[in-house]
Amino acid sequence: MIEFIDVSKTFCPHAIKRLRTDARKSAATSDKAGGVASDAPNIEKTATDWVLRDINLTLEQGDVYGIIGVSGAGKSTLARCVNLLERPTLGQVIVDGQDITNFTGRDLLDLRAKIGIVFQDFNLFQQRSVLQNVTFPLEVRRDTKSARIARGKELLDLVGLSDKACSYPSQLSGGQQQRVSIARALANHPKYLLWDEATSALDTVTTNSILQLLREINRELSVTVLVITHEMSVIRKVCNKVAVIDEGRIVERGNVSDIFLAPKESITKELLAEVIISA
Amino acid sequence: MPEILTLLMGYWTDFGDLIIEGTRDTLLMTFVATAFAYVLGIPLGVLLTVAAPGSLRPNRIISGMLGWVVNIGRSLPFVILIVVLIPVTRAIVGTSIGVPGAIVPLAIAATPFVARIIENSLAEIPAGVIQAAQSYGASLWQIITKVYLREALPAIVRSAAITTITVFGYTAIAGMVGAGGLGDIAIRYGYHRFQTDVLLVILVVIILLIQLIQMAFDIAVRRIDKRS
Repeated sequence: MIEFIDVSKTFCPHAIKRLRTDARKSAATSDKAGGVASDAPNIEKTATDWVLRDINLTLEQGDVYGIIGVSGAGKSTLARCVNLLERPTLGQVIVDGQDITNFTGRDLLDLRAKIGIVFQDFNLFQQRSVLQNVTFPLEVRRDTKSARIARGKELLDLVGLSDKACSYPSQLSGGQQQRVSIARALANHPKYLLWDEATSALDTVTTNSILQLLREINRELSVTVLVITHEMSVIRKVCNKVAVIDEGRIVERGNVSDIFLAPKESITKELLAEVIISA
Repeated sequence: MPEILTLLMGYWTDFGDLIIEGTRDTLLMTFVATAFAYVLGIPLGVLLTVAAPGSLRPNRIISGMLGWVVNIGRSLPFVILIVVLIPVTRAIVGTSIGVPGAIVPLAIAATPFVARIIENSLAEIPAGVIQAAQSYGASLWQIITKVYLREALPAIVRSAAITTITVFGYTAIAGMVGAGGLGDIAIRYGYHRFQTDVLLVILVVIILLIQLIQMAFDIAVRRIDKRS
């Protein structure tokens, strides 16, 4: 289970600095008073440019949870708060009952190893073969070479690229490259997968086959997935739950079928209009 | 044709040994100094990269100071550097003259150059690739060795051709401390003694060597780079 509790994020370093000192001060005064520290009153005046604001969200085991919004809505930042590529300014991210928000050092590396991530632009290692790309997370963990090769072949089988083990990323098509990066994301048997606009750079046919793969991964390997996208069609094809994010806030959420049948917010309706036209 | 051959044969008996010796000295200075410059410059370039603002371990003090030192190193003309460094050179190799006396200032002069070139090569790697490595739990050291240096290897080798040829050029000045080499011969015979023909022959040898060096690096890059 992944929980977001009052997660907020600003990129303004000045605001972050003031928030920290304010929090320290209020902690000091509340220690004296014996009360609970609260930095809430100071937030609004300190930072105005929130990327994320008061995000509360729970991913149950087995969910394929979609986060949808227009560019710059903060959805990628939200996903990156789970493996701390971005750190929340306020609030907590709880993974399997553990507050990970302040993880550093070894804990942080172990956490990241447990969570797979697939990026929009693949981010493969250009100088490594497909097999070496897929087994990179195992190399980092210092698995033996034979164990790595065995797991690597298994993974390439899973994504249907067993004949490409010795190829290099530059020799593959976009769809194939994304399959390699999916295999890499699964190398460590992760419980969670962050799916950050993974099909946004691909054509419709390739997108469909990649989303088919995602459904299989979710069903057969029981991986919980956080899907970040700006396309309602992606939500419809793979997700069971969806949250609509706009200007850093969640404006609407629910089961995918409910949202599709009865959208309330105008932004949701706008995002839906696209699917209806294309369908 | 036969006249030209006799002429060339004549040159060979007169200057053959000189040219062979000069080539040997030049290549020795060039490659040894470049190698040392890489041994020192790679860690510096990596440090400049990871300590830069917004990078993996941003550190304003380290990156600021290192940047300064590197810029100072690159500001000093080599002719000046070779003189300024005489005590250092003597402390390291025991002499400040000859080929060993030239290698130390050459290596020191090339190090900041290499540091910047490495920094540039590493900057070419997309930030997303580094983020991917981070996401899979790679430590800083693993990111440096398994991602930064490995992904940038073709760029580093390509830039090594530039460094080597730059150092090759610097060796001409090494004659100042009696290190010899092709550049020195060209200056002494060709310029000071007005032997234009010797100058031309040396020039041809230098051009051929530079072409060979560039070709060798090009072949190496083609073999290493998996993108093409």
